[in-house]
Amino acid sequence: MTTPESISVQLADFDVGAEIAALSGDGAAGAVASFVGVVRGGDSAKDAILAMTLEHYPGMTERALADIVVLARQRWALGGVRVIHRIGRLLPGERIVFVGVAGRHRGEAFAACEFIMDYLKTQAPFWKKEETAQGARWVDARDSDDAALARWQEKH
Amino acid sequence: MSITILYFASLREALGTEREQLELPAGIASVAALRAWLVARGSEWSPLAASRVRAAVNQALVSEAAAVADGDEVAFFPPVTGG
Repeated sequence: MTTPESISVQLADFDVGAEIAALSGDGAAGAVASFVGVVRGGDSAKDAILAMTLEHYPGMTERALADIVVLARQRWALGGVRVIHRIGRLLPGERIVFVGVAGRHRGEAFAACEFIMDYLKTQAPFWKKEETAQGARWVDARDSDDAALARWQEKH
Repeated sequence: MSITILYFASLREALGTEREQLELPAGIASVAALRAWLVARGSEWSPLAASRVRAAVNQALVSEAAAVADGDEVAFFPPVTGG
């Protein structure tokens, strides 16, 4: 399991099936866990989100994501790791983020996938702006994301 | 001391600025000192004083105590909301 990790920050959509296939193709991995984040359309008609625009910090974004993968590799023996994060304007139902992790067994694959997402949510410099019928607004960071990160820091 | 400063997202909009190239007076050696100096330029810079604003030096997240040196790229931004 020597597949190098690959990190992409891109405007374009990605092919989930092809990404998972690429992680499982080397014969060494016994498990591939993946996560796909999707733009939510809002919880009610009144709060409908018409679109979402993702801004990021070019340069730092890629470094932050690479650092997160390094942290995951320090905790678990992993095979291939793939992180894709889209930027630009996205509509409800469109994919935003993909994290795929290959491991020998499901335990480390599941755990590392969640770990990478929790770190990405709180450490990678992306910002979401929602468009609604009332106008555009920046999404506020959520305490629950910080709590999800703290979980990993306590356990270690 | 020459520094590049970047602002992102809601902070960039609140300040109406995304990038500054500044010559700093001697004695500004930390992120905290830099932030205080930037804010002291006038009331239009007050959004930068909010405690939730985070900082990065040379594209790595840092604390307020982190050192700032000649040629650094310093970024200020609100808590991140990706994923």
